Amino acid sequence: MAEHKQKTSTSASGLREWVDRRLPLSSMVKAHLTEYYAPKNFNFWYFFGSLAMLLLVMQILTGIFLTMHYKPSAAEAFASVEYIMRDVFGGNIIRYMHSTGASMFFVVIYMHMFRGVIYGSYRTPRELIWLFGVGIFLALMGEAFFGYLLPWGQMSYWGAQVITSLFGTVPFIGPDIAEWLRGDYLTADATLNRFFAFHVIALPLVLLGLVMVHLVALHEVGSNNPDGIEIKEQKDKATGIPLDGIPFHPYYTVKDIVGVVVFLMVFASIVFFAPEMGGYFLEHNNFVPANPMVTPEHIAPVWYFTPYYSILRAVPPILNSQFPGVVAMGLSVVVFAFLPWLDKSPVKSIRYRGVLYKRWLAAFVVSFVILGYLGTEPSNIWGQFGTWASGADRATVVARVFTVIYFLFFLLMPWYTARDKTKPVPERVTYK
Amino acid sequence: MIKKLFVLIAFLPIVAFATSGIGIESAPIDVSDQASLQRGARTFINNCLNCHSANYMRYNRLVDIGLTEKEIKENLLFAGEKVGDTMQVAMNPNDAKKWFGVAPPDLSVEVRARGVDWIYAYLRGFYKDASTPSGWNNIVFRNVAMPHVLYQLQGEQVLNEETQTLELVKPGRLNQVEYDAFVADLTNYMAYMAEPAKEQRKKLGVAVLLFLAVLLVLAKKLKAAYWKDIK
Repeated sequence: MAEHKQKTSTSASGLREWVDRRLPLSSMVKAHLTEYYAPKNFNFWYFFGSLAMLLLVMQILTGIFLTMHYKPSAAEAFASVEYIMRDVFGGNIIRYMHSTGASMFFVVIYMHMFRGVIYGSYRTPRELIWLFGVGIFLALMGEAFFGYLLPWGQMSYWGAQVITSLFGTVPFIGPDIAEWLRGDYLTADATLNRFFAFHVIALPLVLLGLVMVHLVALHEVGSNNPDGIEIKEQKDKATGIPLDGIPFHPYYTVKDIVGVVVFLMVFASIVFFAPEMGGYFLEHNNFVPANPMVTPEHIAPVWYFTPYYSILRAVPPILNSQFPGVVAMGLSVVVFAFLPWLDKSPVKSIRYRGVLYKRWLAAFVVSFVILGYLGTEPSNIWGQFGTWASGADRATVVARVFTVIYFLFFLLMPWYTARDKTKPVPERVTYK
Repeated sequence: MIKKLFVLIAFLPIVAFATSGIGIESAPIDVSDQASLQRGARTFINNCLNCHSANYMRYNRLVDIGLTEKEIKENLLFAGEKVGDTMQVAMNPNDAKKWFGVAPPDLSVEVRARGVDWIYAYLRGFYKDASTPSGWNNIVFRNVAMPHVLYQLQGEQVLNEETQTLELVKPGRLNQVEYDAFVADLTNYMAYMAEPAKEQRKKLGVAVLLFLAVLLVLAKKLKAAYWKDIK
């Protein structure tokens, strides 16, 4: 019984021992921070994981304060947002942090995903990390979509109306699904109420759960790095520590602080000086209250959805049904999940890949950006071709070409990655 | 090279946020000019507020633009409103719809939806047009239901169909320069009203960025101190 006797030590180590006997605190800190060995050659692209975590926390905190003042009702929502902007102490900053946070979350996630693509972070043994990541991306898209209805402006309203209508294109059961999602024949008070529930509790729970398994899986297999080399294959014989690994804490905690501060400088510049970002982060038309009787001339989603929206518009209707476009749009997002099995290259990192892969990747990035731009504009932005092309919209034709390239990047990947001429991969990571 | 290109392309969508030019003149306004804002507030309350509400704007918020609560009470409250009230309109929206065909929109955040240049052009863009119910039309908002409320000041313009420009055919109480300045003050006020805390927000932003700049120096030193052993 002696070992159970209460110690009277009041020192910090005494407290830690007391906790450790009841909760594996020290061993968790070791496993995930002080003895979690990360490759020492992380570069610029490796800041975006921790920045995504920062944004998640920021969105949750600012969201809690917004929820204290926001009214999820069609009659009061728009006014309550203006109330937050004018009468709540610090409300304008909290609101702008949340709206800027939504857009910057996508900037950060897109950079994080791009990092995964160029360094082959989705390859064996990290397929599950990638799949959880795709899940996070989907949940984040849902979170952003539901949240965008809440200010109850014209763009909120008609955006929700258009997206829920997409489900209406499903053959036979579509209209019933759309009505079931909205809880009414049109986007209305019932829709706002349920979107609020999804936005403030349902999807945040899903996101937190997915982020947790994303990190647990990452810490099980260890991080990839810009060379795409497994550092666990070269361990110190005596200690068993990877030769190219350094403890995440303190090395990457102090490095990430630098990344966080730089990011916050960009973030603060937007929040304080250009929160609308020229109409890309907060759309002008969303300062007009939702009006079911007046359809805006030009309805476009917020910038982070526009590549997929472009793909939706680019696919021509078949048998008078928009459903093929909707399927293409869905595929354009889900297709990322298949990357681990489409990539047949013997190397992981772009550093050792051949020119063929680089060209395809460049074509994909260009397609993504151009589709993204076209999605923000009406499809007649570039005028029409002459009668030889039956007067087709130029922008639509361009969107079709880039939609094809977008999908070919994935569909042809097994072929061009296997055929590509790769460079030899070194045994140890490149550092300095 | 390719790497730099990727970084550039990835940031392109957020760099390319230049606002659209609609081919209208930019409004000559200055949000730091309190006298102009005060003149604009008076014009807004005397003229616009008869039909348009500004439901999210409180009268006592006008202390921002250099007025005291006493001045607001004495000069700007006419119908028994309290100084902490928002700028409501007496007109019943159903009546308004009957009279104009459409209820006049709330103007609290109109500038954020339309932009200051549009408001400035709109207020100067009315012309006589016998084909519309109100007898007025507007060059930037065709067939608008709103009549020209300020015609006694501006006078009457007509549209030259060929050049698509407006010509003054009957002068008003103000000459063109005076009327433009009058409208600029009103536009200035509406820009302020759309986001009263905008200037304070920018000041706070400078302080935040200075703090972060100092923090960045410290963070970099901390990082360098820890990483000096890593080879």
